[in-house]
Amino acid sequence: MNSLLSLQDISYSYHSLKEETPALSNISFEVSDGEFLAIVGPSGCGKSTLLSIIAGLLMPEQGTVFYKDRALSCCGSENSVKIGYMLQHDHLFEWRTIYQNVILGLELNHTLNAKNRDYVLKLLKDYELYSFKDKKPSELSGGMRQRAALIRTMAIRPDLLLLDEPFSALDSQTRLNVSADIAQIIRNTHMTAILITHDLAEAVTLADRVLVLSKRPACVKCQMPIQFNIDRHDPMMIRNTLEYQLYFNQLWEVLTHEQTIFQSA
Amino acid sequence: MNRPFSNPPKRAPEKMSENQYLFLKAHYRHHHMVSLSRFLLITVFLCLWETAARKEWIDVFFFSSPCGILSYLYQMFLDHSFFTHTGITLLETIISFLLVTLLSLVAATLLWYISGLSEILEPYLVILNSLPKSALAPLLIVWLGTGTDTIIVAGISVAIFGSIINLYTGFCQADAEMLKLIYTLGGNRRDAFMKVILPSSIPLILSNMKVNIGLSLVGVIIGEFLAARRGLGYLIIYGSQVFQLNMVITSIIILCAIAMAFYQIIQHLEHAYRKK
Repeated sequence: MNSLLSLQDISYSYHSLKEETPALSNISFEVSDGEFLAIVGPSGCGKSTLLSIIAGLLMPEQGTVFYKDRALSCCGSENSVKIGYMLQHDHLFEWRTIYQNVILGLELNHTLNAKNRDYVLKLLKDYELYSFKDKKPSELSGGMRQRAALIRTMAIRPDLLLLDEPFSALDSQTRLNVSADIAQIIRNTHMTAILITHDLAEAVTLADRVLVLSKRPACVKCQMPIQFNIDRHDPMMIRNTLEYQLYFNQLWEVLTHEQTIFQSA
Repeated sequence: MNRPFSNPPKRAPEKMSENQYLFLKAHYRHHHMVSLSRFLLITVFLCLWETAARKEWIDVFFFSSPCGILSYLYQMFLDHSFFTHTGITLLETIISFLLVTLLSLVAATLLWYISGLSEILEPYLVILNSLPKSALAPLLIVWLGTGTDTIIVAGISVAIFGSIINLYTGFCQADAEMLKLIYTLGGNRRDAFMKVILPSSIPLILSNMKVNIGLSLVGVIIGEFLAARRGLGYLIIYGSQVFQLNMVITSIIILCAIAMAFYQIIQHLEHAYRKK
């Protein structure tokens, strides 16, 4: 297995004057090239901290993150991996048009050339936002805004996509459609992605593999590869299959019972 | 505001429902009522004042009268003193306002940019902000003399510390997640400031300007009280010393007009920004 990203023995604690709060303890896992990994765990278990460490926004107190067998250095340095990060809210800037919003990453990387401009316009066309490119974010629906946020992330051609509950601010119906759309886009472009969610159903529906974290301090409780025999595009169809029920029940068991720890990856 | 008609026609125009027409009619009736009441209030006040002065219920020497003020104003136009005094006060206020706005923006940016600086400077800023600035005026006269410089500095001193604190607090309230977004897209602290903090703070900067222009005017008048030979502040102090109450009250009324005009200008700027 050619692993793109590998975490070895990562630990991290938050410190205050009163106490030390361990958030992550000895987390190790690997992500292979083109894989879509979902990480689930109880709320407040340190999932977002884990993503921040992978993104290089936080340095782990112990352990190393390897990308293509090279240790990641802290944020902003030259050799760091290009990471696309999608947050819970789209954070489109109201003082910019949609087009100006999606080229933000290119501006920041000083790579706003004709080739990349064309790429962005193509993405806007592909995701049916081209006719909205001169509108302000507030004129778009929640689903469209999240798609615009995805284009902003994709525009910098990231090596790795990190999704930090990007659908949780959407209403449930939009959420189902947008998450399926975005998963489809990720699959079509063979992008390596890590999705963080507290929604087990979403994780099973979308990902190639689900990783379950324990309560804080988080450690890896279980990893389970997910495979369906049918096309993944329709989220409702997936959710009606027998495999889905089996995966869901098994993972639910792991998630709710603190004691059971097993590895099946 | 969108005004389909400022004087409602007798019947609802086509393409407008009866209820919408009634709503608009009530809306404008309310507006007219407010404007009319404002106008009546000032008219009644001026008439009462004038009558009281003519019937000698009040002493014109101390309280002046609307007609007295008007004739004084006319006289000021004739001998051009209106333009010299109002001009100098306006000029000093605008210069100190522009300097306050610029300096406080730079200072707040530095406070945000250099981590730890705001923590170190916080108590000093708070003390300087709450210090009555008129206490500084005699000191400024000794240091800078009795010229325009002193008055501009007095104008700046009144507004600047509050302005810095206000802007810096606003900068710190920028959405942390938006800053995180900038960092994940490969931006640095400078990018965070230029792309997020500054554009998201424009409404704050405008409302801060509104406060600054008023405070600059206060500072300039304090300065003119103590250290000027020209300007409306000087006229007020001089007039009160020689018991020329017409001069005092006329100057105060000109000041009211100036304050109002400044406020309106910035209000329009704000409006233009919001429409954009």
